[in-house]
Amino acid sequence: MASEAVIPITTDIDVVAARQKGRELATVLGFVSTDSTLLATAISELARNIIRYARYGEILISSVQSGERVGITVVARDKGPGIANISLAMQDGFSTSGGLGLGLPGVKRMMDEFHLVSDANNGTKVTIKKWKR
Amino acid sequence: MEVPILKQGLYLIASIQAALSDVDLLHLRDALAEKVGKFRARGVIVDVTVLDVMDSFASRTLRDLAHMTRLRGAETVIVGIQPEVAFAMVQLGLTLEGVDTALDLEEGLAFLDKKTKRHMSRG
Repeated sequence: MASEAVIPITTDIDVVAARQKGRELATVLGFVSTDSTLLATAISELARNIIRYARYGEILISSVQSGERVGITVVARDKGPGIANISLAMQDGFSTSGGLGLGLPGVKRMMDEFHLVSDANNGTKVTIKKWKR
Repeated sequence: MEVPILKQGLYLIASIQAALSDVDLLHLRDALAEKVGKFRARGVIVDVTVLDVMDSFASRTLRDLAHMTRLRGAETVIVGIQPEVAFAMVQLGLTLEGVDTALDLEEGLAFLDKKTKRHMSRG
């Protein structure tokens, strides 16, 4: 049951590969298609942030089980410069790269669980979870 | 994966066939801006029916594409955004503001006919 995938993120093509992997697992676990799409979109945004801010990193996708519940956990981590002001980064519309923002508030809205750790020495690690409905 | 661009009358139709990388999307944007001039097109349809994810980059690139073609004198309409994709986009705060959209290719053609005020037969 515990299937896990590690996708190195270095180019824009990896962004597509990562989100396709996430959708694949969601389909295997029987997620409704709306939730598979939310998960794939969230993975896409996290992978994009890695390239944009850290240049490279990796995405881990794994199934999780808690009692009767089945879900998917995604970890996006990099050794980039870190997010200087996390509370600012979690505000809608905030961006330091002139784009549409980090998309982190949106990713949080799409997921059931969201956890962010970031500092200048260790980079950034975002962990998200979506439970099967 | 290059996106085929078909010319139909005064319109260009870009029908996305598979998931696109960022580079593919930028190519599509630039190709359409160029082809609008080459074919003297008045309208552009980008069919995104097969796209299962529209993230911030894709949204921004499509918005730029629509604005660029408008500056070149052609109207663009994005067609085929799937319901789940629309839901995810709204969650992410991506609304494609200032960009015209239609349900599918047929509606897109009807929209362009009205917008470009050309009621010619499309044969």
